[in-house]
Formats: sequence, structure tokens, C-alpha cells
Amino acid sequence: MKIRNYWNLRDWGAGIWERANRPKRIAIALTSIFLVGLLPFAGASFLATPIAAYDAVLVYPVGIFVLMALGLNIVVGKSGMLDLGYVAFFAIGAYTMALMGTHTGLNTWEIMPFGIGFAMLAGVLLGLPTLRLRGDYLAIVTLGFGEIVRLVVLNSSWSKGPNGIANVPMPPDIGPLKFKLDDQKVFFWVVVTMILLTIWMIRRLSVRRPGRAWEAIRQDEDAAELMGVPTLKYKIWSFTLGAAVGGAAGVLYASKNLFIAPEMFTLNVSILILSCVVFGGIGNIWGVVVGATILGYLPDRIRFISDARLLVFGTVLVVVMNFRPDGLLPRKKREKAIVKKEVNA
Amino acid sequence: MFSVLIDQFWSLTIAGIALGFIYVLISLGYTMVYGVLRMINFANSEIFMWGTFGTVVTNRDIFHYTQTSEPAHGFKLALVLITSLLMSMLVAGLTAVFVEFVAYRRLRMKGTNRLATLISAIGISIALQEVMRLLTSSRPVGSPRVLEKIILTEVWGANIRLDTVITIIAAAIIFFILERFIKLSRMGKAIRAVSQNEDAAKLMGVNLNRVITTTFLVGGLATGAAGFFYITVFEYTKFNIGFTMGMAAFTAAVLGGIGNIRGAFFGGLTLGLLEVYASAILGTQWKAVTVFIVLVLVLLFKPNGLFGEAVQTTRA
Repeated sequence: MKIRNYWNLRDWGAGIWERANRPKRIAIALTSIFLVGLLPFAGASFLATPIAAYDAVLVYPVGIFVLMALGLNIVVGKSGMLDLGYVAFFAIGAYTMALMGTHTGLNTWEIMPFGIGFAMLAGVLLGLPTLRLRGDYLAIVTLGFGEIVRLVVLNSSWSKGPNGIANVPMPPDIGPLKFKLDDQKVFFWVVVTMILLTIWMIRRLSVRRPGRAWEAIRQDEDAAELMGVPTLKYKIWSFTLGAAVGGAAGVLYASKNLFIAPEMFTLNVSILILSCVVFGGIGNIWGVVVGATILGYLPDRIRFISDARLLVFGTVLVVVMNFRPDGLLPRKKREKAIVKKEVNA
Repeated sequence: MFSVLIDQFWSLTIAGIALGFIYVLISLGYTMVYGVLRMINFANSEIFMWGTFGTVVTNRDIFHYTQTSEPAHGFKLALVLITSLLMSMLVAGLTAVFVEFVAYRRLRMKGTNRLATLISAIGISIALQEVMRLLTSSRPVGSPRVLEKIILTEVWGANIRLDTVITIIAAAIIFFILERFIKLSRMGKAIRAVSQNEDAAKLMGVNLNRVITTTFLVGGLATGAAGFFYITVFEYTKFNIGFTMGMAAFTAAVLGGIGNIRGAFFGGLTLGLLEVYASAILGTQWKAVTVFIVLVLVLLFKPNGLFGEAVQTTRA
């Protein structure tokens, strides 16, 4: 038990934050954002990646993984539902971008709301029939859904089947900031902005009614229902918000990659994102960010992991669940105590 | 669109029954584990995939058959078939026990929440699949033809082939033996006791750990047998075939009422036929989509399945 206390980085970090007053907090936040923004310039240091270009790695996998892990964390971490088909929303966002980008004159930022909207719509359509189900049924239905979306785009003519869609337009320049393929700093800053927006959204929601409802549902759904929480409604909300983040990530990914094909949206992506959430600490935003950063970055840093990426991630899931079920940075102690009591009873 | 279905109705039906029996055996793996743990064995699809490799390795590396060698006959044929069947069952059974040990046992003893166990099971399932992908370098593996696919007879314009007949008869026998084992043997009674009421069974002196390990083993044996029949009929395997087959078998288990062994039988056959008819009408590329839609519809309108869950009380 004592060893765990040394390991509790979350409380250490939270302690600093809680002791700080408002100006100090703003200073900490701005400095961290500034430092993160400088990351693409550190390519020549020990962070360099031998397998792919460093600034590209920061955007995908690292940035997009963090974004998607945050979205999945709303579903898995906040409200305790296992969604194994998260890649479906990513794919819907990406295909919306690719189809609308090639067929209409709209640019990335104008397509973004459509991508998010279609992903949310899919979330509601899938959620309405399945969110009444118990956890493991939900897991397998979402697993199937993720695969079905891939099969549909693979076998349809509008999506050009296995050939995929090429010539997806890049985002237009924002003032002096130009999007370029060989220098993806601007893409990275856009991803960071989206991540910050998502974190802000989750933090706002967590302390308000939806956050409390999700927490109640996660701990004991029956009790929450009896206490008057409209569980189905909040479960669908959580599912749909997660889908929205996935859709946004998909739009950005298609616009950055310029080409998408069904083989990019396999079940493996869902599993990778789930590993990120679990590894960092289910339910804790900062844990998820750290977990996704490490798991997104390491395969490009260490060649061995790059070949057997999924083997490593699968093993991470088993080992973390068995030996450190709260992940690298666990969520607050108070919440854990309640869960423990329920199990012993 | 429907002409294919009408023209080839009987040959499709026979293919559907053979496929159905393969589903029956795989869904036993899901149903039995669900019966005792109230949890889906996510790794069952990969247990099946490992089982198919049991047969391929036996044919290729123990009996040294190649793609060009002559099919076996007579006594040699029976020897090869039975060895590879046992080998598939052994491989899958051991994999299932391994899964229980690594992914389920520790979490079950600690009594953590269901989410943790689910994630752990998915982790082991991905790891199993990935190990096989690395071993086979992501390539499909063809199995040498050991059993010559002789056409035995023709009924209503449908060819009845030897491999289909063997699959249907042998799978039915294996299912019958397992069903009797669970009904009559001492261990089978213990398994049923645990699935009815875990605490009461424990108080009556049932060794819970042993029962759960045995359940995984028996489920794995059935799934492994399915792997052998799959190879006999399709003569091909790949590291990722588990997903579609597992999804279909799980749907079959839910359709029949998960946790219910007879339900698995009817669910498997129904789904096998349904899938074959649907691919005749819509094309094989939509096979998986049909299965998924069936699953969602069943969960939506009859979540307890056609024959009901074996135990109606659900543990939270």
C-alpha cells in the first residue's frame, strides 16, 4: 500500500494546483500551453523519432490519439460504458471530410460541423437501441458497429471502396499560418487547440448536472435510476459527445492525411485508443492525456514496438487491469472508496 | 436477386446447416462461460482461430501433407482426421485455460468491477491475435487437402459432399457428448450449480476455481472442434478469421438465449441458414452486416433469446 502513495502522481499534481491562487494558476496553465506549443521545435533533441518525421508524429498518432482518447474517456471513463467501436465515429468524420471536400467547395473548418454532426447522429442512432443493454452486450454491439461502418465504406461505390478517396483538400491558411505537408507545426497547434477545447468542455460538464449523472450511472446504474436520474438520456449524451470528439478528430485526420481508405479504420484503432485511456487512468483527464501521449509516441520512437504495436497494447490492457487497474494517474481517491465499498458488500 | 436463392435452395440449405453446426460449437464456448461467469468470453473468437491452426499444423507438419499431395484414404484418412480434430481441441482448450488464468482469475478473486474484466479480456484477445499475425507474417494459411471432397449423392439438385456430411454428423455427436457431460457428470452438475447460484454452490462445497477452469476448458474444446470443421470445409485460415466467426457465433448464442446450451444449438443452426440465404440474396460481402443487424434486432426485441437465458436472475 505504501508504494502506491509514492506513485500517486495525480495527488502530487493536484496538490500543487490546489495550493496555487488564481494568478498562479493562470501562469501555470499559460506556461504549460506555451511549452506544449514549442514541442514541434524539439525535433533534433532526444525526442527525435527514427521511423517517421517528428512533427508528423506529433500530429498523428500523438495529437489525434490524445484527442480521441479524451473523447472515448467521456464514454468509458465518465459514465462507465465500454465502447469498442469508437473508430466508427472517427471514420464517419474522415469520410464526411473526404466526400464533402472533394465534391463541394467547402473548406475544412466549414465541413467540421458537418463531420461532428454526422458522428453525433450515428451516436444517437446506435445509442438509442443499444444503451439499454448491460455493459458487455454494449461492448460487443459497438465492436460490431465499428466493423460494419468499415465494411459499408469498403463495399460501397460512393466511397470508392477499397481504393479510398484521394486529393482531400488541406485546411485553408489561418492568417500567416500556412498548412504544409513537410512541416506540420500548424496542424499540431490546431490539434492542441482542439484538445484544449475538449478538456475545457469535459471539465465544465464534469462539475455540472451531466457530470454528476454520469458519475452516478458509472457507480450504480440502478440506484441512479431510482434516484430520478434519467439514465438513458445521459448515457446517450455521453455516447454522443464522445462520438462528436471522434468525428472532429476524423475530419482533421482526413484533411491532414489528404487520402483515406477503409483499412485505416479497423478495429485496431478502437483498441489502441482504449489502451491509451486505460493505461493513463480511466476517468482522469490528465491521466488519459499522458497515457495517449506515451502510447502514441513510443511505437515511433522504438522500432521494436512499432512492429508489434498491437501485441504491446493488448498486453498493456491485461497487465494494467490486473496490477494497476486505475492506470498511471488514477482518478480521485474519494471516488475509488465508494466503488470499493460496493464490491465488498 | 432472389433467383439464386430459389435455384440453389437445397444446396444452400445444406451449406447453411454445416456452417450452422460450426457456429453451434463456437457458441458453446460463449454460452458456457457466460453461464458461470455472467460475462462474455471476448477471447473465444481468438481461441477458435488458434484451434484452426491446430488442424493446419497437424496436417502439414505432423503428417507432412502439402498442397500437391494426394488426399488420404481409408484408415490413414481416419487417423489424420481424428488426430487433427483432437489437436485442434487440445490447442483451443489450452488457450482457453490460459485466457482464464491470465485475464480473468486475478480480477475475479479481487472482485473488481466488470469493466476491468472486460478490458482485460479484450487485451488478451488482441494479444492472441497479434501473436498469430506475427507468427504467420499476416499471410493467409491454406490447409492441404486431406479429405477428398467426393460428391456422395444428389438430393433435389443439391450435391451432398463428403466434408459437409462429416461436419454435420461429427459436430452433432460432439455437441451431444458435451450436452450429456453437462447434464449427467459430477463436474457438469457443479457447473450448472455455479451458474444457478454461485454462493450457494460454494457453500455446498463446490470448488469454484476448478469449475470455472473446467468451463473454460470445455468451452475451448468445443470451439477447437469447430476450428477443425472450419478447416475441413473451407481449407483456409488467417490470423483475423476469429472476428467474423466469433461475432456470428456470439449472435447465435444470444439468438438462442445466452447461457442456454440447447439455445446455442438452435441459435447456431438458425444463424447458419440465415447467413447463407442472406449472402445468396445480397452478396457475400454483406454477410457480416446481416449478422450484426440480426444481433441488434434480437437484443432490441428479445434480449433473452428464443429459448430464454438459462438463469433468469441476473447478477449486477
